[in-house]
Amino acid sequence: MTDLLLVAVVLTNFVLLGSSRLAACIRVAAAQGILVGVMPLILYHDAVSVRTALIAAAGITLKGIVFPWLFFRALRDVDVTREVEPFVGYTVSILIGVGAVAGSFWLGSRLVVPRPVPSAFVIPVAFSVIFIGLFLIVSRKTAISQALGYLVMENGIFAFGVSLALEEPFLVELGVLLDVFAATFLMGIMVFHISREFDHIDVGRLASLKDWTTRRYKS
Amino acid sequence: METVLIRGAALACALLFAPLLIGTINQTKAFFAGRRGPPLLQPYFDLWKLLRKGAVYSRTTTWVFRAGPIVGLAATIGAAALVPLGGLPAALAFEGDLLVAAGLLALARFFTVIAALDTGSAFEGMGASREVQFSALAEPALFLAFAALARATGALSLTEIYGRISVAAWMQSGPSFALVAAALGVVFLTENARIPVDDPNTHLELTMIHEVMVLDHGGPDFGFVQYGAALKMWVLGSLLVGILIPVRSGRWWLDGAAALEGMFWVAVGVGIVESVMARLRLLRVPQMLVGAGALCVLAIVLGMK
Amino acid sequence: MILAVVLIPAAAGLAAFAIRGDGLRRWLTVAVGLAHAGVTARLWMRPTAPALGGWIALDRPGLLFLSITSLLFLAASIYGVGYLIREGRGERRDIKEGFLFTNAPEQVFAGCLMLFLATMSLVTVSHHFGLLWVAVEATTLASAPLIYFHRHHRSLEATWKYLLIGSVGIAVALLGNFCLNVAASRAGGPALLDGLVRGAASMDPAWLKAAFLCFLVGYGTKMGLAPMHSWLPDAHTESPSLVSSLLSGALLNCAFLGILRSVQVCDAAGLGNFARELLVGFGLLSMGVAGVFILRQADYKRMLAYSSVEHMGILALGVGIGGAATFGAMLHAVNHSVTKAMLFFVSGNILAAYRTRVCADVRGVVRTLPASGVLWLVGFLAITGSPPFGTFLSEFTILKAALDAGRGWVAAAYLALLALVFVGMAAPFLNMAQGSSEGRRREGWLVVAPPIAFAALALLLGLWLPARFVDALRGAAREVEGLRGSPVVAAPRPQAMDRDHFVEFEEDEAIGRGHGASPVVHRHRLGMPDLDHLAAAEPELHRLERRPVEERAELIEVHEDMIPQWWEIGQ
Repeated sequence: MTDLLLVAVVLTNFVLLGSSRLAACIRVAAAQGILVGVMPLILYHDAVSVRTALIAAAGITLKGIVFPWLFFRALRDVDVTREVEPFVGYTVSILIGVGAVAGSFWLGSRLVVPRPVPSAFVIPVAFSVIFIGLFLIVSRKTAISQALGYLVMENGIFAFGVSLALEEPFLVELGVLLDVFAATFLMGIMVFHISREFDHIDVGRLASLKDWTTRRYKS
Repeated sequence: METVLIRGAALACALLFAPLLIGTINQTKAFFAGRRGPPLLQPYFDLWKLLRKGAVYSRTTTWVFRAGPIVGLAATIGAAALVPLGGLPAALAFEGDLLVAAGLLALARFFTVIAALDTGSAFEGMGASREVQFSALAEPALFLAFAALARATGALSLTEIYGRISVAAWMQSGPSFALVAAALGVVFLTENARIPVDDPNTHLELTMIHEVMVLDHGGPDFGFVQYGAALKMWVLGSLLVGILIPVRSGRWWLDGAAALEGMFWVAVGVGIVESVMARLRLLRVPQMLVGAGALCVLAIVLGMK
Repeated sequence: MILAVVLIPAAAGLAAFAIRGDGLRRWLTVAVGLAHAGVTARLWMRPTAPALGGWIALDRPGLLFLSITSLLFLAASIYGVGYLIREGRGERRDIKEGFLFTNAPEQVFAGCLMLFLATMSLVTVSHHFGLLWVAVEATTLASAPLIYFHRHHRSLEATWKYLLIGSVGIAVALLGNFCLNVAASRAGGPALLDGLVRGAASMDPAWLKAAFLCFLVGYGTKMGLAPMHSWLPDAHTESPSLVSSLLSGALLNCAFLGILRSVQVCDAAGLGNFARELLVGFGLLSMGVAGVFILRQADYKRMLAYSSVEHMGILALGVGIGGAATFGAMLHAVNHSVTKAMLFFVSGNILAAYRTRVCADVRGVVRTLPASGVLWLVGFLAITGSPPFGTFLSEFTILKAALDAGRGWVAAAYLALLALVFVGMAAPFLNMAQGSSEGRRREGWLVVAPPIAFAALALLLGLWLPARFVDALRGAAREVEGLRGSPVVAAPRPQAMDRDHFVEFEEDEAIGRGHGASPVVHRHRLGMPDLDHLAAAEPELHRLERRPVEERAELIEVHEDMIPQWWEIGQ
């Protein structure tokens, strides 16, 4: 059961890497958010505490419902449906994703966790989600894809925290979720402004601030 | 005596029932399209018709063109002899036979391709180029799938590997098997030139991949090509069914029946896919194949507990 | 009492969104600045007990950075009144490309400004690593709308970069939090700073290292350490000048505090050398990158931004060298904040008068804007560390500490980079100040008084340091060094000590490890204090290094004079 869940998480990663339709990407990211949100319940199914249940509920609501809704709203405001030309092509992206998964498993085998972990795959999978989120941020051009990459990375970090059953106080967990929520919300607003200002959400056009083009200094 | 019979059973099934797969697919598609469709045995009638005809050869072709279909069919039959049908062992089994099976399929493809190039036609050259491009990506996926299976079961011969995929094995490394099955499904569709990679019914040479390569073959040669294609579908299909139907009771007739039923459902599945899906853009196909390879890598990684 | 520094600006900030009257809102900001400064002053007078079960507490580094933030905000709020009057309402023409744009509503600006203060104050007082993270991320969110005050595509670009790079960096820091939690699970303590420091000796070193790396990258992104600094020049250039001054003088320090907290834990766990070597590396790299970009920089606000990268590098380097250099770094944080805030204030005045950010297009500031022009020159001398300004004192302290620690190469690189920055900044600053002008312009007292006050302060810090202030700085440095409470409690950080301590170390027969001490001492004399590599060969020594703080304190005494008196610094 746990393994199936983790495999599903990794599969969502590959779909994100390989698909160009923004709406599909948002849906897949939402699915990943729900999978990650369910994780605490499944990993510790024999001893679900109120705290675990609340965190899972908050995670599922935010990552599975609220964030996708915000993104869909941003997507509706802009006139773009697909990522046309990412910095790194889709096929290469998938290959890099494979590399990231392999690297994460290597990393996971190197890190010795000082406490029992529900499944040997949890930590490598969490790492791979983090890496792939980072890769999405640097390799995609539309603002929405970049914000999605941030969300994916957050999912990975959430999974990492959940898999180690960290005793972060509940308030901190809520604060973290709230911050991520606010960040996503702000990014949604910025996406809207970018689309209005540039007639597009291609971040490649955000390139007027550079060091060497404005150089007109003569001494 | 009985062991010899059992050993021959898988190969006999392949040789006998392979064209039936095509018939089943066509029937399914006809059902979804609301047509009556050709009879189930139509592929056999076609083969019989083609074998009785004479052949016409272009003057620009050489012996390569004539050798293509024969070598192709022979290599595919060789591969069929190495692949078990679910719990039924293959006619031949030895350590590392999975490499030989993949190699024989590659040999068949190679001869189809050079026979197509030998005609000197632009269309056939284009089809050959596409075929090679896709199989260059499908073959790593196939090998990775074999590697994942070998890793999960700890055996190196196809018969042994498939003999060990039981319900108990599924309980233990189910995710790996599921991933490999998904990847093999993609390879199956690609190698057999089915939708969403290639449309076997298209009439536009520009969009064909497999069909365009064999346009110049006629008569018995084309019969060999058709029969070889059906057999290849059977071989790859039995690789898939062996994973998806993990019935390993130890009674050969039960295992065999389960596997045959599995083959039937695979054909129906292909028919459904062809009925509900459109072709992918050519640019997306490599992406899908790389994705299949990624699934296999994931399966291998999962196997390294 | 401590909570007031967070709650007052937070409440006022929320209220500001609803206030319609411009005048009322502007002066409310100033009132909040005054109230905040008042509370901070009271916290100086009387130490206050921790609140919320120890989550909120004020130690000396926290108090130091809180004071810097408070002071800067007060000045910025006064400057802000003049700035907002000058900005006015309605459409304005862009200085660079000539299109029309509007500003964000002033309610949003004032509200976010005060929320920004609240979140920064929360960073300085939080003693729980999780809360610290939440607060640092909140600073990003509160300040992003401030950068997007001028609503045009360049500021939008800057805001997007800031938001995305900042958030991703902070996400890495969250990973660091989790790693720290794993590392501490064996110690079993809560994630409170004091508990972690106390239980650090039994932490898992590998996970603690991972945690520190994540913190360094995460908070380092926010702090503007190269190579994670790429958001910084854009955000500082495109935001209003008073926001730039707060970003540069207050926010970067707050992120630095996050790194300092993790250094404290690493120190207590005996991984101090690992952490400090990394800080030295990042510090020098930041100085180098900033130097390269400052050289022949055409845009004066951008130049100031890169100068911030450079000074953050100096702070990291100071803490990395340790000992007296930590003291220098604390002093430098104050000096840099005061000086840089003043320069950004003045740059705002110049920008308003000349309507260009290109150095070469600005001439004769001294004649056109007499007050701002003189302040510009004063600021140049102060920011490049010329005597008699405070920056000279602090930069020299760090240099001396580097030389004393036997790290000649680091000191040489540090000096060379300082010289590079001086040369890079000299020509454009002097060119801008001198030359003919097209007549005098009026300068409002609201936008001149804060920089004048800060210039005086920067000068004062170079000439006279009150004993009370030096005590506070020394206390802050000592807490960062892990020397909590009485001066005898010390972590063995030999590269920061002078000869006498090595002798003590060598002669310490009481622990019966006289044979093992010498290679360590030798290595430290050579300036290669890498105990982790040594650990493989010398397991005995490693065990010594990883003893609890209290136990180690008995082994090594550290004298009061380890951290210099202020009058010794220049000698």
